[in-house]
Amino acid sequence: MFLKFLLRRLLYVIPMLLITTLIVFSLILLIPGDPVLAMLGDSATHEKVEELRRQLGLDQPVMLQYFHWLNNAIHGDLGRSIFTGQLVDEALMQTLFVTMQLVVVGMIFSIVGGLFFAITSIYFPNSWMDYVARFFGTLGTAIPNFLVAMVLIIFFSLKLNWVPATGFTSIVHEPVSFLQQIILPGFSLSLAGIAVITRHLRSSLMETMDADYVRTAYSKGVSRYQAIFKHSLQNAMLPVVTTIGLLFGTMLGATVVVETIFAIPGMGQLVVNAIGQRDFTIVQGVVLVMIVMVIVINFITDIVYALLDPRIEY
Amino acid sequence: MSFKTIFKRLMAERLAFISFIFLGILVIIALLAPYIVPYEPFKQDLTKVMSPPSTEHWLGTDGLGSDIFSQLLMGSQTAIKAALFAIMIPLFIGVPLGILSGYFGGIIDDIFMRIVDGIIAIPAIILALGITSALGVNLMNAMMAIGIIFTPQFARLARGQTLQVRSEPYVEAAKISGAGSVWIMVRHIIPNISPPIVVQASFNLSIAILIETTLSFLGMGAQQPEVSWGNLIQQGYSMIDMYPWMMVYPGIAILLTILAGNFLGDGLRVALDPKQRKS
Amino acid sequence: MNTETLLKVNHLKAYIPSSKGEIKPVNDISFSIKKGEIVALVGESGSGKSVSSLSIMGLNAGAIKYRPDSSILFEGQDLLKLKEKELRKIRGNDIAMIFQDPMSSLNPVHPIGRQIAESIVLHKKVSYKEAKKTALDLLNKVGIPDAERRLNDYPHQLSGGMRQRAMIAIALACNPKLLIADEPTTALDVTIQSQILNLLRDLQKEFGISILLITHDLGVVAETADRVLVMYCGQIVEEGTVEEIFENPQHPYTKGLMDSIPSLYGPSKEILDAIPGVVPNPLELPNGCNFVTRCAFATEKCYEVSPVLEKHSSGTRVSCWNPLTKEALSENDRESAVIVT
Repeated sequence: MFLKFLLRRLLYVIPMLLITTLIVFSLILLIPGDPVLAMLGDSATHEKVEELRRQLGLDQPVMLQYFHWLNNAIHGDLGRSIFTGQLVDEALMQTLFVTMQLVVVGMIFSIVGGLFFAITSIYFPNSWMDYVARFFGTLGTAIPNFLVAMVLIIFFSLKLNWVPATGFTSIVHEPVSFLQQIILPGFSLSLAGIAVITRHLRSSLMETMDADYVRTAYSKGVSRYQAIFKHSLQNAMLPVVTTIGLLFGTMLGATVVVETIFAIPGMGQLVVNAIGQRDFTIVQGVVLVMIVMVIVINFITDIVYALLDPRIEY
Repeated sequence: MSFKTIFKRLMAERLAFISFIFLGILVIIALLAPYIVPYEPFKQDLTKVMSPPSTEHWLGTDGLGSDIFSQLLMGSQTAIKAALFAIMIPLFIGVPLGILSGYFGGIIDDIFMRIVDGIIAIPAIILALGITSALGVNLMNAMMAIGIIFTPQFARLARGQTLQVRSEPYVEAAKISGAGSVWIMVRHIIPNISPPIVVQASFNLSIAILIETTLSFLGMGAQQPEVSWGNLIQQGYSMIDMYPWMMVYPGIAILLTILAGNFLGDGLRVALDPKQRKS
Repeated sequence: MNTETLLKVNHLKAYIPSSKGEIKPVNDISFSIKKGEIVALVGESGSGKSVSSLSIMGLNAGAIKYRPDSSILFEGQDLLKLKEKELRKIRGNDIAMIFQDPMSSLNPVHPIGRQIAESIVLHKKVSYKEAKKTALDLLNKVGIPDAERRLNDYPHQLSGGMRQRAMIAIALACNPKLLIADEPTTALDVTIQSQILNLLRDLQKEFGISILLITHDLGVVAETADRVLVMYCGQIVEEGTVEEIFENPQHPYTKGLMDSIPSLYGPSKEILDAIPGVVPNPLELPNGCNFVTRCAFATEKCYEVSPVLEKHSSGTRVSCWNPLTKEALSENDRESAVIVT
């Protein structure tokens, strides 16, 4: 039963992947004039231009180009960097794990922070905790994350000197310095996430706390604490699960900013540098990987939702 | 509800009222910026490099002696321009497509919605970077990219709303009495789906400014002589330990503008909701 | 029947302070429930019957306050004076409640068995596993077929009637002494309604529980209750046994409620008589009797002085200056019909 449900969901993912990959691919069509010349600059030699044209398959019809590109992409061949000549998939493999570590930390911060603020705000209505949560929920989405990042660096690195301002160590190499270095970028990445989860979960909890089944729970003699954690929260989390899934995409996008500021050698930094160097194959590769990740996460979100809500038949 | 009552209800919301005034002033400043700036935003004065706020330079000067206050004013123009331009694309392309798709349904609708789902799956900043890198890095292309990112969101919203309105009894009645599709869309669908779209648009003004400043901060948006608050922060950041005020002001400007946009959106949602009545 | 009093409500006055004046959802009501008795509290929505029942459970919204002279004595203990923690020990244990809409009143993400067992674990010193066994017995008792399997079912997998049976099983989990049933059949199909009422009556006989049945439906009352309290605008306007009330309703409001039930067995009526007018705004109650604006028999006195609940010659206690008599009924029928049309 569940397997069938998984398969059905997977079938839905395939057209999604086709469409998004087509979008990624067609980015190249947006380049005004001759894309090869645009990438290499006017000073490129004729041979070099022709070579890149062949490499990108630009001498073929567009749809054919797409399928050719897709076929290669499925086999892990995304071409070579125009600027450095490095294999694109190699560059992606080096950076993907770094970015994943950052995003996972950001996600953990967001969920833990969001749950904490939303629940305390509901548990102590109209207390200062409630006001802090509401203030945070409003402000968190209004501050661009590059601003958060800088304010954090100013206070915790430059003034207090508690943690380094930039740099990154992988968790598998040195967990301690990983933690030291990931705190600020992780928090910059998660501020908006904390705010979004706080707001959504708070309003969702307010609704479920008034629900008939919570009144039933009280009539059984449960405490307020039990009413929230055993009856209200699981129901309130359902819509929030979808929000958390969507947040992942936003966060992946935000790594571009955060990695640049904190000098973290991940995919975000890779793509920013690549744009600066007009290294279009790298840009395409990063965008592709990020989209595939988002689609996979959406898929997982669907499954988690179905597992949490017994009303969904699978 | 007439426009007047909606406006009255909007103004009754305190935060929305303040935000409305704030944004109004900001638009005026943006319009007048080229005429009221005390200095040319990038005029260098190497005798006054990095001066702190003074009566001469209200917010101090940057590393080349340019007046930060003037840059800030010009930055407001960029922000407002980017936000308005970016919102036009989804309103004039996304919404009509969404209405048509929702109204006629069928296989075209299915395909259309799949494409929309696909674009929405791409993280906004990433798509914006991809588009600007393809089109070329400048403010105009950044605004275009933001507009393209918004388009599927509005198409989806308009489609969903259209589906709802289409099955309302009064639309059925109009159909039975022989009204044509165009008539129904213009007379019934558009007026009835506009409130949620207006609310969404006001939120997206904030998001547009957020993305514009982010792109500019990364150097993928406004290029000199265009000024964006994002650029200013980026410049300020490079001298953060010595001259922190350089990024404080544009930071506050961004924060307030986005907050105002969000509050206005919240207020509009209340004001346009016929069910919600404020005592 | 046992004559020992289980619950005694004395001068219950609940009010909500508001900027436009005080709202009094319950304005000085007193009644008692004996052990093993089924008492029906009847009234339209807004009459204060739900607030009264939630006062007993201590589950009214925080905005609702009680006057200091109000008391709700349950086995001699004043529930209004108890601390939240002490109340929690009584809720679900000594006093249990079932609600109107079993779909929304059951937690959609927990299996039925778990929801029953929760009550037991909360109040009895038993393991969750043992509680599950009791839950199984309870499901059998309330007539849910294939109980073993149903234990792990979620509410949405049950039919409406089964859900309400499950709800009753939750309420019975700790053998309560008092069961408050708030419109237990309103959300159900007509055919299911009487099954649930039968179940309630059977359980009452088997366990000797007292039941406070809250309803707007006199049909439900006739089928189930021993004694009836009729509420209007936060006050009890008539009180008597089911026989007394049905044979000889003395308050014009009770009579009006009676006339608005379609009769299955009696001579069929062409039109059902509705009570004219609407329940008055709780902030603008009339000076004298609350029912005066809708009463066909109102005299000058009714507009000036509020009547009090007192025993009248023909049996019931009624709060009316001009209580109806048996002889007058047939005559008055014509009169009220004129007012309706």
